[in-house]
This record gives sequence, C-alpha cells and structure tokens, in this order.
Amino acid sequence: MAKKYDAIIIGGGHNGLICAAYLAKAGKDVLVLEKRHIVGGAAVTEEIYPGFKFSVCSYVVSLFRPHIVRELNLAQHGYDIIPMDSSFQPLHNDVGLCRWGDGARSRREIARFSKHDSEVYGEFGKVMTHMARLAKEVIDHPAPDVASINPKELASLLRMGKVFKNLGPEMLQMNTKLLTMSSADFLDLWFESEVLKGPMAVSGVIGTFLGVRSPGTAYVLLHHYMGELDGAFRSWGFSKGGTGGVSDACASAARSYGVEIRTEVAVSHVKIVNGKAKGVVLANGDEIESKIVISNLDPNRTYLKMIGENNLDADITTEIKRFKMRGSSGKVNFALSGLPQFCKGREGDEYMRGDIAIVPNVDYLEKAYDQAKYGEFSERPFINIVIPSLTDPTLAPPGKHVMSCFVQYAPFDIKEGPEHWPQLSEKFGDAVQATIKEYVPDFDSLVLHRQVVTPWDMQETFGLTEGNIFQGELTLEQLLFQRPIAGYAKYKTPIDGLWMCGSGTHPGGGIMGSGGELSAKTILNDKAI
Amino acid sequence: MPIGTPFHERTEEHCKNKDWKDWAGFFTANSYNVVNDFEYFAFRHSAGLIDITPLFKYKITGADSGSFLSRLMTKDISKLRLNQATYCCWCDNRGMVVDDGTVMRLEENEYFVTAADPSYSWFNRFVKTSDVTIEDVTETMCGLAIQGPTSRDILKKMCDADLDNLKFFWTTKAKVDGADFFISRTGYTGDLGYEVWTENENAIKLFDAIWAAGKGYNIRMAGIAALDVARIEAGLVMNGVDYHSSLHALTPAQMSTPYELGLGWTVNLERDSFMGQKALKKEKKEGSKWATVGLDINWPELEEIFNEHNLAPHTAAGAWRDSIPVYHRDDVTRQIGYATSGTWSPAVKKNIAMATIEAAYAKPGTKVNFEVTVEHQRRTVSAIVEKPQFFNPERKRSNPKK
Ligand SMILES: Cc1cc2nc3c(=O)[nH]c(=O)nc-3n(C[C@H](O)[C@H](O)[C@H](O)COP(=O)(O)OP(=O)(O)OC[C@H]3O[C@@H](n4cnc5c(N)ncnc54)[C@H](O)[C@@H]3O)c2cc1C
Repeated sequence: MAKKYDAIIIGGGHNGLICAAYLAKAGKDVLVLEKRHIVGGAAVTEEIYPGFKFSVCSYVVSLFRPHIVRELNLAQHGYDIIPMDSSFQPLHNDVGLCRWGDGARSRREIARFSKHDSEVYGEFGKVMTHMARLAKEVIDHPAPDVASINPKELASLLRMGKVFKNLGPEMLQMNTKLLTMSSADFLDLWFESEVLKGPMAVSGVIGTFLGVRSPGTAYVLLHHYMGELDGAFRSWGFSKGGTGGVSDACASAARSYGVEIRTEVAVSHVKIVNGKAKGVVLANGDEIESKIVISNLDPNRTYLKMIGENNLDADITTEIKRFKMRGSSGKVNFALSGLPQFCKGREGDEYMRGDIAIVPNVDYLEKAYDQAKYGEFSERPFINIVIPSLTDPTLAPPGKHVMSCFVQYAPFDIKEGPEHWPQLSEKFGDAVQATIKEYVPDFDSLVLHRQVVTPWDMQETFGLTEGNIFQGELTLEQLLFQRPIAGYAKYKTPIDGLWMCGSGTHPGGGIMGSGGELSAKTILNDKAI
Repeated sequence: MPIGTPFHERTEEHCKNKDWKDWAGFFTANSYNVVNDFEYFAFRHSAGLIDITPLFKYKITGADSGSFLSRLMTKDISKLRLNQATYCCWCDNRGMVVDDGTVMRLEENEYFVTAADPSYSWFNRFVKTSDVTIEDVTETMCGLAIQGPTSRDILKKMCDADLDNLKFFWTTKAKVDGADFFISRTGYTGDLGYEVWTENENAIKLFDAIWAAGKGYNIRMAGIAALDVARIEAGLVMNGVDYHSSLHALTPAQMSTPYELGLGWTVNLERDSFMGQKALKKEKKEGSKWATVGLDINWPELEEIFNEHNLAPHTAAGAWRDSIPVYHRDDVTRQIGYATSGTWSPAVKKNIAMATIEAAYAKPGTKVNFEVTVEHQRRTVSAIVEKPQFFNPERKRSNPKK
C-alpha cells in the first residue's frame, strides 16, 4: 500500500518549506510537492545567462523573522544576509541623493535639498522604529479573531492592545494617522522636499494597485523600520548567492528534520471526501494520501483550483473572488559586461551598493500610476535597482555584474488583455531600459542579456495569480483577521484538514517566513496531526 | 606612544574615521569607517584584510627546536610535519596558561611562533644547553590576515602558490613581484582564511598585490572591532579578555588551565615531560573547577524587559568585553560564573557571550540567568549554555572539489 503522510504541502515556496520544517521538527512525516524544477517560488536564484545568477523575482530580504533563523538553525544551513548600507536616488543634472547608515553623512546629503528635512530625518527614523514594535507584535502572532469570545483570542487582542496603550497618546495619534493616511500625505507631515519624499513614499505602494496618494498606504512604511527591531540593525540585505539562498537554507533545514521534497510534481487538486481533505491528486492523475494538506498557494488558487467551487459555499466563493490580487509590477534583470555609472559626479561605487531608486519626486510616481489606471504600463516607471554582484562577487564573473530592476507599474490587466503580455514583454523591457538610459547614457553597450518578467510570467511561471507579488495585495482591508477572508484567517479553510501557509495568509507577503511558521505552530497547537 | 606597522601608509589611507588603537605598541585600526559592520560582513561574505603585524612573532631554529617546543607547548610539536601549523597554548609548571598562539614548521629545523604577549624571555628560560636559537622577529616581520569566502580566490590571483590544495592549518611559500612571503591557512575569524607573513621591506608590495587582486572580490579593510565579533561567533578565546596569562595574574583565581579554557584538545598528555604536565594530568583525573562556555542569551525575554520601558530592544553595537555575572537558573543571588565578552551574532541572529562558569553548569543545554542592564536597571534574563563555537561554516576547512 502506498505511504500515507501526516502532511502534504502543496508548493515549495519558502513558506511551505518552513512550515514543513517546523512540522517535521515536531516529529511529523511531511512531503512537499513543488511544481517547478527548483524550490523557492518567488524567492529563487536561477542562472538565466551562463555565469550570471539572477534573483529572478524577489531580490532583497528585510523582514525575515530572526527567531525562525534561530529555531530552525538556518545559519548552519546557509542562511546568510549581506546588509545594504545605502539608498541612492539619481537625479538629472545633479549628483542625486544618497542616504547612508552613517547619520551625519545622510544629514549633509539631505540638507542639499532641505535643511529642515535633514534635521527631521533622524527623528523620523526613531519614531518609526518605536512604532514598528506594534507591527512586529502583529506579524509575530496569528491574527486575533475580533469576533471571538474565546479567552485565548481575547488574550492575544489584549497583548496587541497593551502595545498600543504603551505607545502613549502622541504616538497613538501618530499610529492612527499611519493606519488611515496615504504614504505621501503622511510624509508631508514631516518633510518638505519632494525629492526626499519620492523614494520614501514609494515603499507604501509596493505590490499594490494603489498610488502614493491613496489612503491606507502609509501603514506599510512601518515595515521598513522593523528590521531594526530584530537586532539586525540594518533593515535590508541581499541573500548570499541570490534570494534563492534563503529558500535553499529552508529546504536544507527541512530535509535535516526528515522532510521529503519532490520537485517537478504539480498538484491538480486536493482530494476531498465528505468535506474533508484526504490527500492530493497530481496533475498526472496519481494520488497521494495524507492526514492533512497544507497549501502554499495564493488564496485564489487554493480556494478555486485546489478546493474547487463545487466544494465551496457560494458566498465564500464570492468573497474569495473579491480578494484583490491585482498585480502591478514587473521585473527586468540584466547581465552586464561592466559596472554602470549612475552618477558621474560621485567617486567609486559605494553609492551603488545598496538600492538605486528611480523616482525623482512624488509626482513622478503619481504620473506612473495614472497610466496604469488606464491599463498601460508606465512609460517612465518607478524602478528599484540593485546590483548585488558588487557586494556578492559570487553572482557574476569578476568585473561583470547582475542588475535587478523591480518595476512599477505594470498592471496585469493591461488594456489589450493580460494574455497579450507575452507580445508586450519586450516593449516593456525597452521602456525600462530607456528610463535607465536617461541616467546611464552608455547603458546599452553594457547589456549582455536581458530577462523580462511580466505579471503574466509571474502567474504562468511562478503560480502567482494575476502576478500579485504578495499573493494578494497588502492593503489594510486584506490584512490581519481579514487575510484572506474573515473567519478563515487562522490558516484554516472551509475544508476540514486543509490548511494554508503562504503569503496570502496573515501576516502577508514578503520573504518573512511567518506564514510558514505560524501555520505550523497553529496546526501543532490544534493537534490537527 | 605606539608606532605604525610597515603597512601604515596604506592602512592610514583606508582608515577614514581615524579610529586607531594601541595594539602591543603599534597603531592598529579599530575600525576603518563610522559604519563598520561591513568590515565584519566582509569576513563572512567576501574578504576582510587585517593588519596583524602587532602579534609577537618568533623564529625558533636549531637541531633541537622541535623537541624544545614540545617541552614548552601543551601540544606535541615533534609530531608537526614540514609546512604544517597548529594552534596550542603553553603553561607554567602549575599547568596555568601563559599564552596561546600558532606554531608553524617552516623548515626541517625552523619554526615560526605567534603569541599575544612578549614571550622571548619566557621561551629562553628553557633553552639551556640545547641547540636552539630564538629570534624575536616581531619588529622585522609583518603580517596580514585575509579572511572570508573569497580569500582563496584573491590569493590565487596574486601568487602562484597551490592554494586549492592547501589544507586548513598548513603553510606554503610564495613569491610576489620577486619578494618572498609565506602563507598559512590560519586565522581568528572561524571562516575560510589565510595569514600572510613577510619581511618588513616587502610589506607594501605584498599589500598592494593583495589589494589589487581583491578588487573584483569585494575585499575590504577590517579592524579589530570587526575581528572581535567574528572571533566570538567562532568561539575563540582571547588572552587578556577571556583569560589572563598566569605571568600577569595577581592571584591564583585570575589564572586558568587549558581545560578550563576549552583548550583541552590542544593538550597531548601522554608523552615526554612538558611544562605543566603533572598538574594537567592531575586535573584531567580529578576534573576542572571552571569551564569556558558559550551563552545563548534569550532575546524575547530581553525584548520583554525593553517593552516594559516602552522601548525597542537594543544591544551594544559590535562586541563587548565587560565582566557580566552569570547566575544559577533558580537562584539569581547565586553567582556561578561570569561572561567575559559577547556580541549580537549577525550570522546566527543570537545574542551570544563567552563565559567562565563553574564546571558543574557547563553542560550544553543547561539553563542559567544572565544579568542585563536596561534603562539603568539591573535585571536578569535566561540563557542557555552552549559550546562556545556558534558559527562554523564548512568552507573553513574544506578545499575545492577537483
Ligand atoms: C517580482 C517579485 C519581487 C519581489 N520582491 C520582494 C523583495 O524584494 N523582498 C521581499 O521580501 N519580497 C519580495 N517579493 C515577495 C515575496 O517574494 C513573496 O511574498 C514570497 O516569496 C512568497 O513566498 P510563499 O512561500 O508564500 O509563496 P510562493 O513563493 O508563491 O510559493 C508557492 C509555490 O507553490 C508552487 N506551486 C504553485 N502551484 C503549484 C501546484 N499546482 N503544485 C505544486 N506546486 C505549485 C510554486 O511554484 C511556488 O514554488 C517579491 C515577489 C515578486 C513576485
């Protein structure tokens, strides 16, 4: 008789692997099934062009939970993050603005644009770090169920309440503003320079189909200050060997606890008998049995493909369909024969070792968004560029470089229709390259290879419905007890024995590991296996 | 007043923040930049270059040099093969550690010894009538440590030594631009790394060749502050910080034996007599009083205390070297040891320390209490006793596969 597992995890994204590792560490017999030839999902490294290793999708790590590193011994399995020191914003006819880890240095840079802002900048960072404690409290625990009178739920609500209360009245007010305002408006409360506000505001809209002036986008700014709380003392970093390094470390840890990982095995759907998950049915028709099934896929795929509408109440189907997945970003990766110079007026390459943000001011972002609203990709998009080979020479041959460009906006629902993205792909790549050329005139001569990843590719290759990079937008109404839908925010689904662990669950997207960790802990707490 | 090392004209160019320290009478960069954690990360991700000239260095030659060193050191140096190196310590006749360092066999009858303290007179006391000459080369030879995952590639690019086959704790000779130097696969970071040694007059040539070769491999200058973080993660003890040489100790309580320092593995007991042998045999039989351990200090508990003060958790940037009490798990008035140095470990994301603790509590997994000061108040959080080595990547010992 074929083997029956305690748990089968559909999808080998980093969350699936972490969930598997925690369950196996607790003695469970776990199988991970991944559709692609490598694990990692949106966190992968691939050698797209010989000798050049690309972080194909996600490219920087900031929120990965340090307690997961400790609990799963990930450092021994190769988890290794290289911090980034600077954020550079090139400008036409100017040396641009570079913000550094060195406070005095940043102050002098900002003072070129606004003396006032240069003095407020440090204070802003301090206040945001202080308030980020709240975000941390939210991220590191399952979402409390507000409608419940179960004492356990109340306790977790209280804990959150305590952090709120301890913030003090001024901070509480600030917090309310953070939750309700747009990122641009919130920054207006502090800063006057449109140049400085540009790159700061944009972090509020990454992965959403919203603009920097859309209400509710301020909250996500907090996430940028959380790294400080984790004792990492620097928010953003590169994973050594590319982002896939994180997934590989998770896979290696999972295997060390006995997890079995199979790649190139696509799951067709969950086997459901009398409303209970009994295992999975593979694309080739084979069946594998298990006591429970955990889906690492986004809510849309989990509910509509893995479960299927036949097995769901109509109102749940409606709600899931309402869950916003609108992809809005693309990715363009370059293999370069040499180092581009984003600023002639700056010496050395130090200023390019962090991220480079093409966002000259706030209006630029709003304009880019305007085009997207009407179903076009932005001709002059926001681009977040990193050249990780500068700090991690293992990614490219000596003297050569990989350059990763995260681009927004590139709406999934392009006016020609999403299925037309493959024909638009190169045109989109050209727009990105033309934007870069405005700052690096000789850029074309450096390009050895260009890889364009459109929202359509993210859906078709990486299994992200509508190309949403976070398995569902990170907007307030889709967070906490509402992620993915009210009543099923604690990694459960309407199907008995079917759980979720991906970014589409609380606390959301990004390479954090939280979905994997918290789902496993919830499953173990519930004695589901 | 300290003096510059032969590399000073180069290190001075790099030392942007003028953070100099006196290391054994030489100017040494504590850090090279205001934001200096990248110097540490160079050890773990690319390559960090450290001027280690201030180490005390001795050349020991003569037909009896091998047996002489065997008598002096806890390790049986006569077993050392040509070009091999070893780490060990040396004791007084009470079995108390005088110093620790590296011994390298460069020729049939020539050894190179590094030490933290001046050791010429201590070594000389034991020469007596044997055919041994000790030459203090501290001021005539200089050294650089190049440590980190790309260090091998860099050295391969700047010289023709067969580094792909050079094993952990072995040495090889090399030439750069006509000048002789030698390379040992040793270091103080617990990572892949090498130390290169040469006569003072070759210093700049050697430095420039390494620096030029390192360009495509993200080489960085690294200071003592960064080194301290790396060596604590690697669980390497430091003379003058984690223990005191018995020659400088004012009371017996300030002295330590190799076993107490976790250096028992460097002691070859069963052989011809050597300094401290009798006492060490006795200790081995009867057990040690103290042990050196690693502490994994509970982060969530520390976070909670900061929370009480409405603050985000915070630790000192970089490594610290204060004595901090360690208490019994059930009784926070019963002190059972003291931490001597510690750091937030960026590699394993733990708040760690190295501690001297009563031997009864030294078993990995033992729970203890650790003193912390938060907002001027002394509190305790729990900590777990571990082996001192928190980070030990495979690349430290491995060679490229053929
Ligand atoms: C372009 C892009 C850029 C990003 N940039 C960043 C960034 O810089 N920093 C950051 O923190 N986050 C970033 N993100 C977000 C982050 O990468 C994701 O939130 C995170 O990786 C999701 O992990 P996951 O494990 O939840 O799911 P996924 O990574 O989506 O994993 C799901 C897995 O399931 C597999 N799968 C799908 N269908 C099936 C099936 N039927 N059978 C079997 N397996 C299946 C998929 O192949 C995939 O491996 C980015 C995302 C994208 C797309």
